[in-house]
Amino acid sequence: MSKIHVTTTVNGDETEFLCDPRETLLDVLRDRLALTGAKEGCGTGDCGACSVTIDGRLMCSCLVLGVEAEGKSIGTVEGIAEGEELDPLQQKFIEYAALQCGICTPGILVATKALLAKNPDPTETEVRYWLAGNLCRCTGYDKIIRAVMDTAADLRGAS
Amino acid sequence: MTQDSVKTSGFKVVGTRPDRPDGVDKVTGRAKFGADMYAPGMLHAAVVRSPHAHAKIVRIDTSKAEAMAEVKAVATRADFVDGLKGEDWNILENVMAGEKALYDGHAVAAVAATSALAARDAAKLVEVTYEILPHVTDVDKAMEEGAPVIREAAANHSVPDGMHANVVRFHESGHGDVEKGFAAADLVVEETFQTEATHQGYIEPHACLAQLGNDGRGEVFCCTQGHFNVQKICAKLVGTDASQMRVTASEIGGGFGGKTAVFIEPVALVLSRKSNRPVKLVMSRAEVFRATGPTSSTSMDVKIGMTKDGKITAGQGTFRLQGGAFPGAPADFTAMCAFAPYALENVHQRGYDVMTNRPKQAAYRAPGSPMGAFAVESVIDELCNQLGLDPIETRLKNASKEGTKASFGPPFARIGLVETLEAAKDHAHYAAPLGEGEGRGISCGFWFNHGGETAVSLALSEDGTAALSVGTPDIGGSRASMCQMAAEELGISYDKIRTTIADTATLGYNEVSHGSRVTYASGLATIKAARDAVEKLCGRAADRWGIDRDAVYWEDGCAKPSGSNAGDFDPLPLAELTKNMGATGGPIVGHFEATPEGAGVSFATHIVDAKVDKETGQTSVVRYTVVQDAGKAIHPTYVEGQYQGGAAQGIGWALNEEYIYGDDGRLQNSNFLDYRIPVASDLPMIDTVIVEVPNPGHPYGVRGVGETSICPPLAAIANAVSGAAGVRLTQLPMSPPRILEALDQQANG
Amino acid sequence: MVEVNLWLGLRDLADGNDKVEVDAKNIGELLSGLAAKYPRLEPVIEAGVSVAVDGRLIFNDLTEPIAEDSEVYLLQQLKGG
Repeated sequence: MSKIHVTTTVNGDETEFLCDPRETLLDVLRDRLALTGAKEGCGTGDCGACSVTIDGRLMCSCLVLGVEAEGKSIGTVEGIAEGEELDPLQQKFIEYAALQCGICTPGILVATKALLAKNPDPTETEVRYWLAGNLCRCTGYDKIIRAVMDTAADLRGAS
Repeated sequence: MTQDSVKTSGFKVVGTRPDRPDGVDKVTGRAKFGADMYAPGMLHAAVVRSPHAHAKIVRIDTSKAEAMAEVKAVATRADFVDGLKGEDWNILENVMAGEKALYDGHAVAAVAATSALAARDAAKLVEVTYEILPHVTDVDKAMEEGAPVIREAAANHSVPDGMHANVVRFHESGHGDVEKGFAAADLVVEETFQTEATHQGYIEPHACLAQLGNDGRGEVFCCTQGHFNVQKICAKLVGTDASQMRVTASEIGGGFGGKTAVFIEPVALVLSRKSNRPVKLVMSRAEVFRATGPTSSTSMDVKIGMTKDGKITAGQGTFRLQGGAFPGAPADFTAMCAFAPYALENVHQRGYDVMTNRPKQAAYRAPGSPMGAFAVESVIDELCNQLGLDPIETRLKNASKEGTKASFGPPFARIGLVETLEAAKDHAHYAAPLGEGEGRGISCGFWFNHGGETAVSLALSEDGTAALSVGTPDIGGSRASMCQMAAEELGISYDKIRTTIADTATLGYNEVSHGSRVTYASGLATIKAARDAVEKLCGRAADRWGIDRDAVYWEDGCAKPSGSNAGDFDPLPLAELTKNMGATGGPIVGHFEATPEGAGVSFATHIVDAKVDKETGQTSVVRYTVVQDAGKAIHPTYVEGQYQGGAAQGIGWALNEEYIYGDDGRLQNSNFLDYRIPVASDLPMIDTVIVEVPNPGHPYGVRGVGETSICPPLAAIANAVSGAAGVRLTQLPMSPPRILEALDQQANG
Repeated sequence: MVEVNLWLGLRDLADGNDKVEVDAKNIGELLSGLAAKYPRLEPVIEAGVSVAVDGRLIFNDLTEPIAEDSEVYLLQQLKGG
């Protein structure tokens, strides 16, 4: 099958790639653009490990075709830190031990950034429902929820 | 190995909560997991799997797949070693089917192609002719007369005459006279229980990148709990020497026991040998569910007698576990652990390991123990209810202590069960009033923990820092605790140590990261390796000062003369001694290799409040408290994390998770939508209490913590749900339909 | 002589005994002694067993010493999970 040329923006950089029309955006990010931060945990949109933003909207990149990225702006975990400075959320995840194995962490960070952009003062219940699409099997979510709530409080205090 | 004295106080680094050393890797996407490695010229593989639960493989026609230009290799069983015996044969048979497909999802062939899409297309072109055979997936049915036989003559010496051929192992243990005990009881409760198979549910599917030449030299990068085990098994299955097979463990995206087994690496190696290209093989989620190792499902009978004042007079359990199409269901562990929390004069337990047409079960956190605890602790709860007794006081009255003859035979060494029960009793949770429609459940749990073969090396650098190499993959933050223990011994700061998971060419054999052994065994080895390095450092100081080695000791990161007789010398800091080590005797490396045999057993007590909606049958967990003995918590935050994770997995097992097989023997729910693990909105915060009763077998008193945390939840939640619903639930998961059915049955008498 | 407690499932393989005596100074000798005295225990020992000595659980180590008066239990093989 002939490949399709796609022009898109990934983490602020204009990017071009060729892909098979059957390839998912997740396949393209990982296999063609060497951005392996997004993970495939299920391939069916159930686990959220492949979470990215597309024009600011949170999506499972395993449910989006690579060709659909044409003209869009994609955000992945690799774009969260500013240069060598970790984002406060990343720092808080380390401090709170909000990860054990770390496979779900990129997706949860992307999803949480999207939440805090919309709602800087979420309740615990709002955080739990927002992250209900991101499976974590290690932590029982306790330390993740605490890290998110505390990050939100810090950011509110700073602004 | 003799036991040293245990250090229990005066720690500087141990017991603190530093940031994990791999934290930045994990929050930036930089960490390399199993599927994150690529190689030039790499092929992608796909596996052809049986759609039948039990079938003779009549013919495999690979010609159409091989005709595809993108396809570079096709493999079947014929490409693996012939003539393996025993467990090696079992592993090969599971990796690639021989004469029969034994379960839905069993691998029968594999292809490697230039792209993942082409590999998937090619897999569909492999034509397999099956002769379908009768199948059985249920443990009780598999033991019935006339049930299809999975494999003739698979039973070993332990199985009594007259059992069905599917019963392949039998365990019987206990002591005293249970009939006498039951006669002395004021109340005897007997109940039958069932639990469904669950999956470890690690979010990262199995993945590997492998290369093997016709010179027999192999390289594997894969996500595994034990790369030395991968090395050993791959070498056997593809027919090369273990030393020629170098395996590197990737970061691992969860394992919980499920990544102690080998499934795909030998397949990728065989395809690589045939194509002379590196081959990447990544499982889909459906493949993970269908063809890796879930737990056993169980059917259990438990009978317990108690006096009016709460003394258990006898306990008896029969535990039937199906372990899929191979021997190995942990029925023996279920039997040995079930009554372990209690000091019983009369106890008797039997375990049956039964084969069915399901994937071979694999370890999942304290394999076998949670199910037995579910049955035993449910019956104890029922006895307490009927006799009007407090569940914690009753457990305290019967609790195992140091010197108690365990239900599995020998006396216990120093253990901390009573301490966990006391802490649970004193916890605010236990005194808090229950809300409308809520019930409270208590349960204890027990696990053996494990030591295992361990080798560690600690190399000092010129600049006074240390590179620690361990051979146990870091499955939950163990690098942090290794750095802490090394820092404690060396007297340098935590961030001056880097812990690396070394590959199989670098260290001696390390057993898999299982049995909650890493902080215990690799930790013990790290401490001993650091002491070995300190010994050498003291020698260098003695040389420099021109005094006896015996006149030098190590304190606060410095060599010091041991008294005025030794001489008047300023302390020599570690960095001062390493600065010029090349010219004072050469590199300084501490190392330690052993099979430590002092893994202390551990106990936990859980308290849970659950609310049941009697109209819908929906359960919500309202409050949860874990109390567990850690011996010594090296990094308390990660200990809490293990407690919370075990509880959360137990909640899933108790309420939602189950393997559902259709009448056709096919798995009906091989995805995360239909096999529903707990999500953030399902759970409350999970409170933790770390009890520390030092383990005499570790220099700092560490006991493993990873597994015991999943032993009590099934029963604790069942006891809470039964209290809330007003009816005893005896079948897991307690999904809404099962709860409604139990309520209906009760209403209809 | 060391007295060894067997688990119930082994009784029939040891002439109906649940306690047996063998000459042994360590676990390796204990296991080979048991197999020699009760040949039907040999496949059990070959398949793997663990031993408790005075309450210490010894999973694998054949060199672990045993004293005459040690309290010894043969156990189904303990392993990691």
